[in-house]
Parts: sequence; C-alpha cells; structure tokens
Amino acid sequence: MKDLNLKPTREGYVEGIMQAGRENSRVVVVEGDVSRSIGSNSFREAFPDRFFNLGVSEQDMLGEAAGLALEGFIPFVGTYGVFIAGRAWDQIRTGICYMNLDVRIAGAHGGLSVGPDGATHQALEDVALMRVLPNMKILVPADSNQTRASVLASIEAEGPVYIRFGRNPVPQLYTSDEKVKIGRGNLLIDGNDVTLVACGAMVSLSIEAASILNGRGISAGVIDMISVKPLDRELLLGQVEKTGAVVVAEDHQSTGGLFCAVAETLALEMPVPMDTVSVRDSFGTSGSPSEVMAKFGLTASAIVEKAQRLLQ
Amino acid sequence: MIDNAQMQDLALCVRLDVLEMIRAAGSGHPGGSFSSVETLVELYWNVMNNRPEEPRWGGRDRFILSKGHACPALYSVLARRGYFDPAELLTLRKFGSRLQGHPNMLVLPGLDASTGSLGQGLSIACGIAHGLRLDGRKSRVFCLLGDGELQEGSVWEAAMTASHYNLKHLTAIVDRNRVQLDGPVSEVMEIEPLVDKWLAFGWDVIVADGHSFPSLEKAFEHCSETPFPSVILADTVKGKGVSFMENTCLWHGRCPDEKEYAAAVSEIQGGLS
Repeated sequence: MKDLNLKPTREGYVEGIMQAGRENSRVVVVEGDVSRSIGSNSFREAFPDRFFNLGVSEQDMLGEAAGLALEGFIPFVGTYGVFIAGRAWDQIRTGICYMNLDVRIAGAHGGLSVGPDGATHQALEDVALMRVLPNMKILVPADSNQTRASVLASIEAEGPVYIRFGRNPVPQLYTSDEKVKIGRGNLLIDGNDVTLVACGAMVSLSIEAASILNGRGISAGVIDMISVKPLDRELLLGQVEKTGAVVVAEDHQSTGGLFCAVAETLALEMPVPMDTVSVRDSFGTSGSPSEVMAKFGLTASAIVEKAQRLLQ
Repeated sequence: MIDNAQMQDLALCVRLDVLEMIRAAGSGHPGGSFSSVETLVELYWNVMNNRPEEPRWGGRDRFILSKGHACPALYSVLARRGYFDPAELLTLRKFGSRLQGHPNMLVLPGLDASTGSLGQGLSIACGIAHGLRLDGRKSRVFCLLGDGELQEGSVWEAAMTASHYNLKHLTAIVDRNRVQLDGPVSEVMEIEPLVDKWLAFGWDVIVADGHSFPSLEKAFEHCSETPFPSVILADTVKGKGVSFMENTCLWHGRCPDEKEYAAAVSEIQGGLS
C-alpha cells in the first residue's frame, strides 16, 4: 500500500521481461504485431536474436512458443488477452498444457478497462478459458509493480503460466521490491465482518470499498487474489472463517473466473453467503474505462452495496 | 545403412504391426498410417541422425508427427528402431499404455511432441527450428502432415513463419494420399494446386513418390542442401498395401474384422521377400 500514482500494468510486463531477459539468456519473446502497443518492442531492441514477431497469427505464435519451450527456452508470448486465450485456445491446450511446457502467456488489455476499443477487444472470458486447462497457472496482477513481479515469478514456475493485465493506468498499490509467489494471495486488510476478494483492476476499488464500509461500522477485509490458479486456499479460508461473508470483484465474466474459483472452494469447504461484482453474461461496449465499468457495475460503490446486502 | 530390399521388407513389417495393433486395440487409423509408412521408415533408417538408446540426445534430428492419428505406424517404426520393446506395440490405445490413441511425448520415449489436434505440428516445428538455431545446433527438423490437414489455416501461418525467418533446416512432408475422413480431399475441400501454394509461401517444393525409397531418398537429399525451408509432396495411396483399403475413406479410421484382418495379412505377407 504505497504511493497511489497511476501507471498502466503493461509497463510492469515490459520491465519484467527486460529484467528476465538480462538475467536469463533462455528467455525469449514471441509477439503478434502488437509489440508497440504492449511495449515489448524494447525487448527486440535489447535482444534482437531472442525476439520473434510472427505477425497477426495467434495460433502460430503459441505453436512457435511450444517448439521453443521444447528446446529448453522460456518463451513469453504476448498479445491481447481476448485473442491469445480465445483464438489460440486449442494450441494452448494440446500444444502447451498437455506437454506441461514452460510457456508464459501474457494476456494484455484484460477486461472492460480497455475502454474505447469496445467489446471485441475487452477480454472478459480469458481467465475462464485458461482456468479449465490442466497444468495452467494464472496470475492477475493489480498494478505495474505486481505485474513485473509476476513475470519474474513465472520464470521459476514449472509448466505454463497465464499473466493477465490491463491497459489503462491504475493506482500503484505495491512497491518496486514486491515479490509474487504463485499460489499465494495478499491480505491487504484484515477484516471481521466481510471479506472482499479481488484481482487485477478491482483490487484498488475493493480497498476503496473497504474504507467506505469501515466508515459505516463494517469491518471489511481485502484479499488481493493475484493467484487465481492455484487459488490461495489457506488465506481465503482463514479470512472467511472469521467473516462468514464474501464479495468477489473481478473485471471478467462472473462465470469461470475468480468468483467461480472462490465459490468452488467455499462450496466444498466452507459454504457462506457470497456475491460478486463482475460482468453478468454480457459483452462490453465502447466508452472511457470508467464509463464502461460504471455501466456494468464494476465500482467501489457496487462492492459496498453487495457487502452491505450480504450482512443484512 | 540398409539396402532397398531390406527397407521394403521393413515397410511390410510395419504394415503388419499396424494391422495387428489396430485389431488388438479395436480402433485406430489404418488408411493414413499405411500411406505414411515408407516416409517414416526412410526418415528413421536413412535420413535422421538419432540415438534410440538416448532419445533426448541434444544433437538428434527432431520429428513431429503433425498428423498424429498415423501414430500406429510411428510407434511400430520407433519400436523396430529400438526406442522401446516391440512387445509393447499391442498395448496401443489400451488403459495404462504408453501408446496413447494419439502421441503423448511425456510417456513414450522417442516422441518430440504430443500431437493429435491437426494443424499444430508445423508451428511447433518452426519453434523447435528457431530454438535449434539460437543454440547453434545443426540438427534438422522434420514434420509430417496430412493433406487433409492442410485445410487448417494455422498450417499456412506456420508456412509464412518458416519462410519469413528462412528456417532452412526445416523440412515438411505432406502425405498426399488425397483422401480424408469424409471422402476425396478434392470433394471435401480442394487444397490444390499444392506445388504453387507452397512455392508462393516461399518454400522449396519437391514432389516424390511416397512409396518409393529411391524417390524419397532423392527428395530428402535435395532438402538437406536447399537454402530454403523445404516441403516434400509425397504422393501416396491411402490404405497402401491392402487392396480393399486403398483409395477409400472407409478405412480412414476403422478396425478390420477377423476376415478382413486375415485377408489383409495374407496380402501384405505375399510381398515379403
């Protein structure tokens, strides 16, 4: 919880791959004609031999990454989340997850926060598509520092990792020395009455919601569940045991993503009243990120409202 | 090195293995396995630099069976080449077997990738070729595709990548048997003119008789010398070697009954020298 200056999370991705590229000569980058948009073209300038732009061809990108991983390289494949997780899903499933290959998949422009580009470019299903795949790990960082740390954490992981990040600037919640551990979430606020579980762009809004709730006499805890898969079960159950009520907030469809991951865990181990702040079976639309997020109810006030309703 | 007559006998033995394996399994793909037999035998005995006793040896040539359903033929070739005990062949598709219905590299030695979803192999082969180049290795990469498989758009994405990055140590082989699951390729979805298509994508193209070892040998020699990524269009016969299985989609994925099995075995055995 540090300085709240705004910064796009994708900048952390670029910082991460640059550091990884310097530290590890096996790190390579596979791009699909959006390197100037994501910022990974700086990797090409620094390591031209380890950068492959394959043009607009998501399926080939993921197959290429599988081949590089088979030769012992650690490829980072990056493009917009909606295309990488959707168009190339079969390549990710059979070409990467089935062989448990060390491919790191970066889904940029995640969620409604993409804004003006509209529904076609707002990845709202990518986490669900990745979560059903055996061997896949999923990180949804909340700010730029956490995104950089996610990239570095993924280097140490065995098998495929999906890292999902957004486009528009979000508050910096973490410091530059932040470390990410796959399978571990962060308890940002300890609470007694309700637990807010969030990832990505919804983490800062959950902190805001907790502060509003606190002002109304409700002790709301906040978990940053950056590791959507594997979920930090221990952290979740520890908090929910105390609060007995959960609101899950994510910039994603309510089916298949963080809400489902939390609901699946709690349904089996600790059923409690829950609700979600997420997109309910709908496509997005064009507009500024804040306008679009407000239209679909991805706001701090929606989190407050749902938490209060749970406690009535 | 073995001579042409021995190679021909090997091919017949592989066909007998495939028949017996599919009969034991109760299912499998004889048509596309039979059409690819000579290509596989040529690769594993005459072309590729490999060490069956050390299947992950870094200096080996790589092989990707993009048409994964032809794995009965590949399994037979790998076993006869010494990668594993041929007695295991009859476990094909059975519970607990390392010989999965489509190749799983994590369990069976000698496989360079898991395949079975058509249209993925050539991209994987390109990635391997890039990796080998980065590591400064001289190993070659071979990728066997079906002709029906060329209907997958992703194959042509990979074809662009190979020529754009001039992956000259990559050779694709198209098992051009002209028949796919639903019928003749030309009727289901025409893919010709293949020579023109691959040339237009920047590849060196050579047409070979996919059932003739001298023709395949010449084609592979050519590919080892060309400065471009190369593709061998191997003209083949679906179901080759068993007259009633030839040139028909009926035997794309069907197991012979006892009578058909006996007739097929006797026809193949008749060709042994």
